[in-house]
Amino acid sequence: MSARRNAYVGLAWLAPTLAFVGLFVLWPMAHLIWLSFTSTSLLGGGEWVGLDNYRTAFSDPKFWAAFRFTLMYTAIITPILMGLGFALALLVSPNSPLRRVTRTVVFLPVVIGLASSSLLWFWLFDQQVGLFNRLLVDLGLLAEPMVWFRKAETGLAAVIISVTWKVVGFGMILMMAGIQSISGDLFEAARIDGASAALRVRRIVLPLAARSILMATVISVIGSMLAFDQFYLMTGGGPRGKSFTSVYWIYQSGFVRFDLGYSAALSVILMLVIMAMTALQLRLQTRRRPS
Amino acid sequence: MSMAILDLPPRPLARRARGWLVAALCLFVIMAMLLPLVMSFLASFRPLAETSAVPPTYLPSALSLENYKKVANYQQGIWVYVRNSALVAGMTIVLCLAFSVPAGFALARFPVPGKELWFLLILASMMVPYQALIVPLYLMFSKLGLTASHLGLAILHTILQLPFSVYLMRNSFEAVPRELEEAARVDGASTVFQLRRVFMPLAVPGVVTVALFAFITSWNEFLGALILMNTESAFTVPIMLTGVVSGDFGSVDWGALQASVVISMLPCLCVYLALQKYYVSGLLAGAVK
Repeated sequence: MSARRNAYVGLAWLAPTLAFVGLFVLWPMAHLIWLSFTSTSLLGGGEWVGLDNYRTAFSDPKFWAAFRFTLMYTAIITPILMGLGFALALLVSPNSPLRRVTRTVVFLPVVIGLASSSLLWFWLFDQQVGLFNRLLVDLGLLAEPMVWFRKAETGLAAVIISVTWKVVGFGMILMMAGIQSISGDLFEAARIDGASAALRVRRIVLPLAARSILMATVISVIGSMLAFDQFYLMTGGGPRGKSFTSVYWIYQSGFVRFDLGYSAALSVILMLVIMAMTALQLRLQTRRRPS
Repeated sequence: MSMAILDLPPRPLARRARGWLVAALCLFVIMAMLLPLVMSFLASFRPLAETSAVPPTYLPSALSLENYKKVANYQQGIWVYVRNSALVAGMTIVLCLAFSVPAGFALARFPVPGKELWFLLILASMMVPYQALIVPLYLMFSKLGLTASHLGLAILHTILQLPFSVYLMRNSFEAVPRELEEAARVDGASTVFQLRRVFMPLAVPGVVTVALFAFITSWNEFLGALILMNTESAFTVPIMLTGVVSGDFGSVDWGALQASVVISMLPCLCVYLALQKYYVSGLLAGAVK
């Protein structure tokens, strides 16, 4: 063994990253909390207002509406994404050329931007020029092209369809990795015992891939709770402000209504919710290590 | 390893039927997933007269570059925005690597005091959603003159990618065999030389993965660019897209929209198809984003 490396040289190599995190994450966090107790405006000025912003938030029906809408969106899209993702993972887990191509294709939309995919679908859903509408009519599923974004329910359905197309591959890949790590012997044994495919999925795949399913779910829930792009671009928060998400409301308060103090208070609340979820995700990840 | 869940059949006949079923399902999935991309791609090549046809046609009657010519002159011209996006993505890649390579090296191979604590701190910064930090960051950046600046946006994108990058580089350097390192050190090579000649060549997959994720995140990021890039000439591609759809001409220009959407998607699709292996392994190694 040669001499140990110098600890302080190591610290020097690490220092720029620590400084970056301190300057661009920790300091803004502290600043955010301070801002949330002030009436800072985007146009300048502002003073200490104590808990006023939080009081306003909790008595603001629009804050609750945005929070409820975000929860509803998350509650609807998560089972769809995880269910479809799991089904796709089952389909493509075994290695064969066709299945590998399927994996690649399902994953393609994951790498494009949410802005691009939202606008692509905005066009497909258009009542006049949209090909998705035309396709649904030609397949006999719709009597005539419909205006998806006029009603809150169909607008939400349109967003969910487009986002599902965009991100279903993400859950699929994570769950597929979980399924592939299960020993093939187990399936062999179950098959010899005459277990049906459904039974094998329930008794072998679900329990043994549980951790990756859970991980995919937590990551997906966090992503949905932070939804913004798709609503900003497809519904514009409408109709009548019914599709504002939490992040959209933060953006709207701070950068459209210039009320940065209020926006900061909303951000603090969002940050606490998301940090709790991420803590759960990190715990799942670190617990995975022993295996 | 071949491992079967849906197949592994009891009888040859059932086996063949199941094989066909799987193939049919795969083909259906492929078609459903590709259809929107193909439609958009074809629509972008329609002649101008067809772009707003009601009802729309599935296939263009002729192929034309008119929509692309139109977006070439849209606002400042699409290539300005593509260049902006490429510049920001390039700077994000450089920043991510400039920070994460030395940090990963230090965490992997130096007895830094409080090492795990620092590592945890860097990883913990992932727990803070940047959407919640956008207000103080905006104020800070306007004080520093970093709004409407590509460097400012690249810094924001680096904030998003840095924890993942450090995690990945640490893992890459830790995988370098001790024997190689010992040999270099016995030869009296300096630390910098060791990093460059011993560690970096073996950590190339890690570097590629860091760069790949930095590129895709930066190229696609929307909210930060929407808030920070407040002058038209500084817009990145996603922000330019909102201009096309909000209809500076009073109504949406569908042909221009499809051409710009295709231009915005192509780099990511190409990079992914070329470097798929790195992308998927990075995703699974971290699953941290």
